Amino acid sequence: MKSETVAGRFGRYGGRYVPETLVPALLELEEAYAAARADPTFGEEVSRVLREFVGRPTVLTPAHRLTESWGGATVWLKREDLAHTGAHKINNTVGQVLLARRMGKRRVIAETGAGQHGVATATACALFGLSCEVFMGALDVERQALNVFRMRALGAVVRPVESGSRTLKDAMNEAMRVWVSQVRDTYYVIGSAAGPHPYPTIVRDFQSIIGREIRAQTQAAIGRLPDAIIACVGGGSNAIGALHPFIEDASVRLVGVEAAGHGLQSGQHGASLTLGTEGVLHGSRSLVLQDENGQIQEAHSISAGLDYPGVGPELAHLATTGRMEVRTATDDEALAAFYEVARTEGILPALETSHAFAAARALAQDMGRGTHLVINCSGRGDKDVATISARGVPAAVGVKA
Amino acid sequence: MSGEIAKAFARARSRAEGVLVGYAMAGDPNIERSVEVFAALVEGGADIVEVGVAFSDPIADGPVIQAASERALRAGATLRRVLDEVIPPLRQRFPETPLVIMTYVNVVLALGEARYAKLARERGVAGTILPDLPPEESESLRATFDAEGLDLIPLCAPTTSAARAQAIAKDARGFVYCVSVAGVTGMRAELPPDLSERLELVRRVSPVPVVAGFGISNEEQARTLASHADGVVVGSALVRAANADGPAAAKRLCADIKRGLKR
Repeated sequence: MKSETVAGRFGRYGGRYVPETLVPALLELEEAYAAARADPTFGEEVSRVLREFVGRPTVLTPAHRLTESWGGATVWLKREDLAHTGAHKINNTVGQVLLARRMGKRRVIAETGAGQHGVATATACALFGLSCEVFMGALDVERQALNVFRMRALGAVVRPVESGSRTLKDAMNEAMRVWVSQVRDTYYVIGSAAGPHPYPTIVRDFQSIIGREIRAQTQAAIGRLPDAIIACVGGGSNAIGALHPFIEDASVRLVGVEAAGHGLQSGQHGASLTLGTEGVLHGSRSLVLQDENGQIQEAHSISAGLDYPGVGPELAHLATTGRMEVRTATDDEALAAFYEVARTEGILPALETSHAFAAARALAQDMGRGTHLVINCSGRGDKDVATISARGVPAAVGVKA
Repeated sequence: MSGEIAKAFARARSRAEGVLVGYAMAGDPNIERSVEVFAALVEGGADIVEVGVAFSDPIADGPVIQAASERALRAGATLRRVLDEVIPPLRQRFPETPLVIMTYVNVVLALGEARYAKLARERGVAGTILPDLPPEESESLRATFDAEGLDLIPLCAPTTSAARAQAIAKDARGFVYCVSVAGVTGMRAELPPDLSERLELVRRVSPVPVVAGFGISNEEQARTLASHADGVVVGSALVRAANADGPAAAKRLCADIKRGLKR
C-alpha cells in the first residue's frame, strides 16, 4: 500500500491551503527538495551530520523488566531520547536547515509548542551559522522555561505569540504570517508532519530514519521484523518517521497513541484522529478538532507536544484506511506510565512518549509472548520535570524508611 | 457569474470612479451593530461590500482583523448566522450593492460546499473570497459555485509570476483581488513601488476587473492606485474606525477614500 496517492495528497488529505503569496515559495521548496533528494552529496551530508553530531543510529534497547512485568510481547525501545537535544526533532531540523542553506535562505523561522522543535531548529542553525527565530505561544513560553533558555543560549530569538489560545496552534499561525511577509529570504522549518505540501512529505522523509533503523536493528536482533510498532501522535512527526518504512509490511501492526487529556468525553483532549472531523488547518486537509461551524477547538494534553487540534495528513489517511490503529491515553495514564518506565527501565520518557508507553501495556498483553513490540521512545523527560513534579512525587521503591 | 459585480464596476466606470470594496467583520461587536457598520460603508460610498466571517485561525490577517475575528466569535458569529441575519437586511436596504463573503475555506467546508453555495445565492450573496484557497485547490469549489452562480474571486500576490497571474485571471469570476504587499492584512504607510506595474500586468490579461487590497487605508493611496486598478479594497482601516468610533467614522473614511478614486 502506498500512502501518497498523488503529490502532496494522502487519499482525501493533504494539499496546499495557503495564501497565494506562499504558493510560489512552496513550489520553490518542492523543487529544491526534489533536487536535493536527487543529489547524492546532499543525502551523504545529512547522514554525516546525523552520525557525527546527532549520534545516530540511536540504539534499540531491549526492555527486559517491562517485558517481564507486562507479561506479553517482548518489548523494545527505539531510543530517540538519546539523540542530541533529547528527542527525534533534530532528525528533521538537520535536514531542513541543510536544505535552507542549499537554497540560499539567510533566515530561518520555526514554530514550537513544548520547545523541542524550537531547540532542535536553534541547534541546527547554530551548527550551520544561520539566524533563527522561533515563534512560541506566550503560555508555552511561561510553562517551558528550560527550553526557552536553551533556544536563547543557542543564539535564537524566541518570539512569544499573544494571539488566540497562546499555544502551539497560534505559534504556527504567527510563523505563517511572518513567513508571508518575508517569504523571499526566509525558510520556514515546520516540525510536525503537518502543514501545506511539501512539508508533510519532507518531515516524513527526514524522520523515516527512525523506522529504517528499527528495520535494520530488529533484523539484526531477532532476525525478522517486529510484530508491532507503537508511537505517540500529536502532529505526528515521530509516529510517521517510525511507522512509514513499514506501511507495506502487512505483518507489522502500526499503532498511534493520541492524547485523551482529561478523557475523551471531557472535551479536553488532543485526539484528532479519534474524534476529529475533516477540515483544513495550517495549510492541509486532515482530521481536526473543530465545532460544527468550522472553528478550530483548543486541544488539551498534559504534554505540550500532543496539545494540538490537528494531525498530519498522512497519519489521517493511515488511520482512516485502517492501516494504523489508533489508541489513546489520558493525562493520568501518561503520568503513571512515566513513573513506571522510570522505575522499571531507568529511563525518564517525555510526557508525549509516556502516552505511547501507557497504551503499549495493553497492546503487549494482547499480542502475547513470543511476539515483538517496538515502542518509539521519542524523547526524554527532562523538559517535563516541572510539570510532573508539581503533582508530587511518589515514594521511593525498595528502600526501608 | 452573478453579473451583479460586473454591473457595480460598470456603474462606477460610467461615473469615472474606481470601485471601493469596503470590508468589515460580521458580528463585530455583535450581529446587529455590524449590520449598521456594513450599511454605513454603503452610505459612505462603498460600491461592493465585503462581509468578513470570522475564523479561529486567520493566517492571512494582521492584528486589526484578528482582534475583530475574536470579538465576532465571542459574539457568536457563524457563517450560518451571517447568511441568515446579516445578508438579508443588507440586501433589502441596498439591492444593487453586491455582497461578497470573505472567510477561510474551513468555515465553508464545515457548512458544506454545495449547501453554502445554495444558501449564499438564495440570500443574495454575489461572490466569495477565500484567502487560503489557492488555484490548485479551488477547482471543485469553483465548479460548485458556478453551478449556483456564485463568484469565486481569486487572489494574486506580489510573489505570483506573470504566467501564474495570467492563469489565475483567466479562471477568475467577479474580479481579481491583487494583494498589494507580501504580508497579512493591515494598514501600511507605504505601498510597494512596483505595485502599479503588477496591477497593469494582471489587468492586461484579465477578462474581469482588477482591484488592489491589503495595506490601503487612505484617500491618497486610493488616488495613486485609481489609475492602475479598477478599484481598491479597504479592510483593516474601516474595521478599526468602526471599532474605535462607530459606524459614522467608517462611513466618513469610505467617503474620503471614494474621493481619491475619482478619475
